[in-house]
Amino acid sequence: MATVTFDKASRIYPGTERPAVDSLELDIADGEFLVLVGPSGCGKSTSLRMLAGLEDVDKGSIYVGDRDVTHVQPKDRDIAMVFQSYALYPHMTVADNMGFALKIAKVDKAEIRQRVEAAAKILDLTEYLDRKPKALSGGQRQRVAMGRAIVRQPQVFLMDEPLSNLDAKLRVQTRTQIAALQRRLGTTTVYVTHDQVEALTMGDRIAVLKDGLLQQVGTPREMYDAPANVFVAGFIGSPAMNIGTFNIDGGFANVGGNKIALERDVVGRMGDADAGKLIIGFRPESLDRVAPNTEGAFPVEVVVVEELGSDAFVYGQLAKPVGIAEEAVSDAGQVIVRVDPRDVPKKGENVWVKIRPGEQHVFSSATSDRLSDAVTTDKSATV
Amino acid sequence: MALKITGAVDPELLDLPWSVPLETWPKDTLAALPRGISRHVVRFVRFRGRVLAVKETVAPMATREFDMLKELGRMGAPCVVPFAVVDGRVDENGEELAAALVTEHLQFSLPYRALFSQALRDNTLTRLIDALAVLLVRLHLLGFYWGDVSLSNALFRRDAEAFSAYLVDAETGDLHRDLTPGQRAYDIDLARTNIIGEMFDLQAAAELDDAVDPLEVGDRIEERYKELWNTLTEKQTYRENVRKHVAARVQALNDLGFDVGELDMTQTSDGSELTIRPKVVDAGHHSRRLLRLTGLDVQENQARRLLNDMDEYRVVMGGEEDEVLAAHEWLADVFEPTVRAVPREYRRKLEPAQVFHEVLDHRWFLAEKDPSVTMPEAVASYVKNVLPTHPDEQAVLGHEISEFEDGVDAAGVPVPREAPTHTTMIHAWQNLPRTGQLD
Repeated sequence: MATVTFDKASRIYPGTERPAVDSLELDIADGEFLVLVGPSGCGKSTSLRMLAGLEDVDKGSIYVGDRDVTHVQPKDRDIAMVFQSYALYPHMTVADNMGFALKIAKVDKAEIRQRVEAAAKILDLTEYLDRKPKALSGGQRQRVAMGRAIVRQPQVFLMDEPLSNLDAKLRVQTRTQIAALQRRLGTTTVYVTHDQVEALTMGDRIAVLKDGLLQQVGTPREMYDAPANVFVAGFIGSPAMNIGTFNIDGGFANVGGNKIALERDVVGRMGDADAGKLIIGFRPESLDRVAPNTEGAFPVEVVVVEELGSDAFVYGQLAKPVGIAEEAVSDAGQVIVRVDPRDVPKKGENVWVKIRPGEQHVFSSATSDRLSDAVTTDKSATV
Repeated sequence: MALKITGAVDPELLDLPWSVPLETWPKDTLAALPRGISRHVVRFVRFRGRVLAVKETVAPMATREFDMLKELGRMGAPCVVPFAVVDGRVDENGEELAAALVTEHLQFSLPYRALFSQALRDNTLTRLIDALAVLLVRLHLLGFYWGDVSLSNALFRRDAEAFSAYLVDAETGDLHRDLTPGQRAYDIDLARTNIIGEMFDLQAAAELDDAVDPLEVGDRIEERYKELWNTLTEKQTYRENVRKHVAARVQALNDLGFDVGELDMTQTSDGSELTIRPKVVDAGHHSRRLLRLTGLDVQENQARRLLNDMDEYRVVMGGEEDEVLAAHEWLADVFEPTVRAVPREYRRKLEPAQVFHEVLDHRWFLAEKDPSVTMPEAVASYVKNVLPTHPDEQAVLGHEISEFEDGVDAAGVPVPREAPTHTTMIHAWQNLPRTGQLD
């Protein structure tokens, strides 16, 4: 096992000016499950492939433990790329399917058997070791494929969108299994996905990338409660955070004609470049339904209600503009509100909502960087 | 969601039983072809006189692989031809079914396992590995990183003495402007590991002699790849007689079957030395020449063999100066009469160019006893004594289908034995120039 360090590592494709990965600085702890997440083209897969040795590192270095692997061949890095769906060899036993790579590495027979048995125990495959793959269920076969990587006892596992060829149901099941397995093995793992829900549910920590630049790295809780900038705020969380630009006057944000108080020190962090405007975000669960015309509240016209059983979300339209017209709340005035699933408003109805005090995320309008402290939402406080 | 077909412009594709999982498609739709080891359910389907391969997978992957194969084909890579993506499948209860990628079956191609179950010469294995090494080099030259190189993920066609390999599974691959040394090294390492695994599996199935060392077989792909890659791309520096060296380098690449599209020449700063490095090389030197001269579209080694015979004919017939005219005469006097001598019932066994190659071999064999043996005599003897013992390889290998059931892609459900299928396709035979009808 080992730590992994990206030390200002860059990848610049020949013929392009902008780096695909730009001075990535990331320290991954021994045994940690780190998820690289971001939209398509953000550099997450490129970063993983730089660590695997598939992409050149044009500037900076990459370390596995204390060892500089920047210019080491992929097979000599002691890293395993894990595929979820290897083809299994039909005439070989499960044990041979798992252990054949060790045979190639000329590991002695007793050692191979011992490692295969240890891996089988972790994977609940002990009783199948002497059977052929044909006798296994789909899930068991996938575990045999994992076993192939595990017996090699690499320092680091790498997984690049391993669930992308599974259907939605199996994807949810498998992601839980992978996360549980990684905790049992305790092997440092770097995992790439474009799906922020996958990232939040699997990672010890998450690194969000955009345009080749690391935006923020932290635990799922930190990313949710204190997104470092507007991009991370909009990317992490489902449904997404409501975000808009508002005029600030005397320590109050003007939201739809209503004054919303901002903390003094947050307002104090405003710069001249912000020109009297701030970007404010509030999560769907940070809005309370209140009586019409309550002070600081604004009306939302219900467009769609998404009922999930345990939760319900109103996808609504602001009845009148609350922010600055051209830079209104995200998605042209759409507001998402979490409501009591046992008291759901009807389509077309107006509901009055109010941002719960202290639950707004405030960002500089000039730099998009976070100005306010972490927000802790108390889920039980929903009306 | 309604059934959606992207790619093929053939409404009859809608008539296939898309509302049934591929695993349980009715026998009368299926073509009994040997299947390789696959992660997915794969079946061969008879469709309007041809054979299609259908693979179940999730929709985004199917679309990605379809586009990738299309792009690779456009670039001239040896790979299967994508036909369609079928999405929005539901069964009779309205449950969603996996999407499907449909590709055209490559005529006269064989999966490697089928070749091991035929009594073939000892060096079949090395010829397969060599073919895979050539395929990998060609794909790497185009900037394609495969990500899962194996014998199972390729198909093989007889090509004179050798085999030609074709990419069939592009699901893990990526196209890049240029590959990094790391990407190439990783592909080679994967190829080695997978081939060794495949050899272990053949031995476990008692289809490969235990005397064969899988590790040696695996090492061969690495050696052959590196040899070929270096020959095609390495830098050479010369002090004098540069013109001669450049010509020799180009000739050496031509002999290997590659044309040089672009050559980088760099003079050292003091002007005393010149460094040359082939920048763009295209496979298919001989097959392009044969196509230009005769209109015959055949594989590289077959073309080499046919061209040799044509050149010999030209010398023997008094050295016709015009190459095109000589080719024309050779086609009419030698090639066509030879392949026409093959009775219709044997035409599903081998491609015409491969038949011609084997007849040349047979004539050489006969000439040991009677040096004056003619081509018509050789072909008559070949049709009588050799060809009948060949299995049909156009699209059917019915007699040993049961051995190719891998049992893995069937999710535990025992796959029923499939009866041999007879197709009436003779595309490859109809492609002869100037001859619409063969008899």
